[in-house]
Amino acid sequence: MSVVVLVEVEEGRASLVSREALTFARSLGAGDLHAVVVGAAPAELVEDCREAGVAVVHEASDPTLERYAAAAWAAVVEAAGRAARADLVVAPGTGRGNEVLAHVAARRRLQLAANVVEVESLAPLVVQRQVVGGAALERAEVTSRVRLMTMAGHAVEPEPAGQPGEARVSALPVTIDPKDLRAQVARVEVREEGDTSGLSSARVVVGAGRGAGGPDGFADVDALAERLGAAVGVSRVVTSLGWRPHHEQVGQTGSRIAPELYLACGISGSIQHWAGCASSRTIIAVNTDAEAPMVTKADYAVIGDMHEVLPAVLAELG
Amino acid sequence: MTDVLVCVKRVPDVTGEVVLTADGMRIDGRYAGYTTSPHEEAAVALAVQVAQATEGSVTVLSVGSPDSVEQIRAGVAVGATDGILVEADADGLGPADVAEAIAEAVRAREAAGTTYELVLLGNDAADTGDFQVGVRLAYLLDRPVVAGIQTVEASDGRAVLRGEGPEGTEVYDIELPAVVTVMEGGVTPKYPSVTGRMRAKKAPVEAVTWSGTAAGAGRLGLSVPEPPPTQVTVLGEGSGAAPALVGVLRELKVVPE
Repeated sequence: MSVVVLVEVEEGRASLVSREALTFARSLGAGDLHAVVVGAAPAELVEDCREAGVAVVHEASDPTLERYAAAAWAAVVEAAGRAARADLVVAPGTGRGNEVLAHVAARRRLQLAANVVEVESLAPLVVQRQVVGGAALERAEVTSRVRLMTMAGHAVEPEPAGQPGEARVSALPVTIDPKDLRAQVARVEVREEGDTSGLSSARVVVGAGRGAGGPDGFADVDALAERLGAAVGVSRVVTSLGWRPHHEQVGQTGSRIAPELYLACGISGSIQHWAGCASSRTIIAVNTDAEAPMVTKADYAVIGDMHEVLPAVLAELG
Repeated sequence: MTDVLVCVKRVPDVTGEVVLTADGMRIDGRYAGYTTSPHEEAAVALAVQVAQATEGSVTVLSVGSPDSVEQIRAGVAVGATDGILVEADADGLGPADVAEAIAEAVRAREAAGTTYELVLLGNDAADTGDFQVGVRLAYLLDRPVVAGIQTVEASDGRAVLRGEGPEGTEVYDIELPAVVTVMEGGVTPKYPSVTGRMRAKKAPVEAVTWSGTAAGAGRLGLSVPEPPPTQVTVLGEGSGAAPALVGVLRELKVVPE
C-alpha cells in the first residue's frame, strides 16, 4: 500500500500547496509516501520531500515534458502510480492538480474527489470536500479501487514528518504518446515584474473591493502593498467591472489565499470571496459598513472609508 | 465557420447564504433563485465571439431538469442559435455521467450532420465543483482538451487559447475539433438586448434524454460549516484609527524594517 503525491515546483522548491498535500497524504497513514515530479527534481524540492517523510521521489524528465501538457502529466502520474503500486493518488487542488487528476480519472475510468479537506475513512474512502467554492462541504464516498483526490488549498499547514523520509530520487521511465501532446502549452507570456503572480502563496495580501470606487482608486492600495512587500488581491466585482486584472481576484472563481495577514479594504465579503480568504491567519477589514460580513468575520476592523484610512496608515508607517 | 457547443449548468444562486434541503442532500435554491455558473457565462460569451468571427453557430446544452431551459434561453438571448436540453435529475448524476450524457448528444448531432468543432464548458460548476466534466467529455469524444481558458480565437480548423498559468499567460495553439473549459476573466458576459430576449423565447430547444445509467456522485450528504464566532476588535473609526492599525501590523511583524 502506498500513496503518490503530485508535487508542483515553485522557484525550485515544492510549492506551498504541494507541501500541504504531502502533509495531508502522510497523515492518512495509507502506506509509503511517494512524490512524483514532472521534470528534473531540484535539490531543494527533494529536501522538502525528505522533510515531509517521502520515501521515493519519482522524476520524469522526458524532453517532451518541458512545456505543460495535462494529458502527458497524467501519463507521468499513472506511471508513478504503477511504479509505487499506489492505490491512492493525491494532488494539490490547484489549476494544474485538478486538471491532471481529471485526466487520470478519465483515462483510467476512476472517480476523482476534488478539493478534499478531510478523510473520514480510507476503506471505503469517505471524504469531506469543498463545494460551492468552500461555502459548503459534501460528504462523499469514492468506491474506485484506485482512489484519486485533490486536496483543497490551505486545508492543512505543511509540517515536517516526525521521521524524515529517504527521498530517494528515482528516474521514471515514461514514453509520451504524441496524442497526449495534442494540447500542449506553445508559449508562456511571463507577467511583468510587480504583478501578483504569487498571490496564493503571498505572506501578506492587501485587498480592495468596490470601496476603491473606480479603476483610479487603487493608488493607496498599491502603495501600501509595496510598503509591506505584499501582493494585491481584489474582489470579483473589481475584476468584473474591469478595474483590475482577473489574476488578482481572490475568491471562488479566483485565487485561494492563506497569508499571515489579509488587509481587506472596501470589501463587503460575499461567501464566494470568503471562500478564497478564510485561511488567512489574521484578517483586518477596513470598511464604512460596520455590519459588512468582512468586518464581522475579521479579527480587527477599522470603520471608515479606505480612501481616508489608507493614506493615514501610509503616513504612520513613514 | 466554427460551430460551437457550449454546455451550461443551472445552479442555485448563492451569493448570500447557502440553504440546504431538509434531508441535507441538496442546496435549496427556492428562495435565492437559480443562475448559470459564472465560468459558463464566460463560456457562452466566448462561444458567441467565435461564432460571430467565423460565421458559425452556437448551440447551448444543459443537462438537468426542464427548468434548465431558462439557462439555455439566457444563452440564446446573448447570441446563441439554439439549444439542447438533456433531461435528467442533475443531482443524481456524477461528473462521469454528465460527460457521458453530453457525449451522447454530441454524437447524435454529428449523426444528424452537425459537427461541433469546439465544445466549451465551464472549468468547474459553481455548486458541485468537480473540475472534471470537460476533461472526461474530451476522452469520450477522443479530442484534445485544455482547461481554465480565458480567450479563444478560432480559424481554419485551429484555435489559439489563452489562460492563466503559474508563471504567466499560457498560450495554446491546437487543432480542432477540441474541448475547452473556460474560466471567467477573459471576456465580459453580455446583458441580453430586447431583441435577444425575443429571439430566445422563439429559439428551438431540442429536448432529449440520456440512454445511459447513472453511476452517481457518491454524495452522502451536505453541510454548511458554522461561521467562526464574531470576535472582531474594532480599532477605531476613520483616519484616527491609523496608529492602532499600524500597531497591529508591527505586532504581526509584517512591516519590513
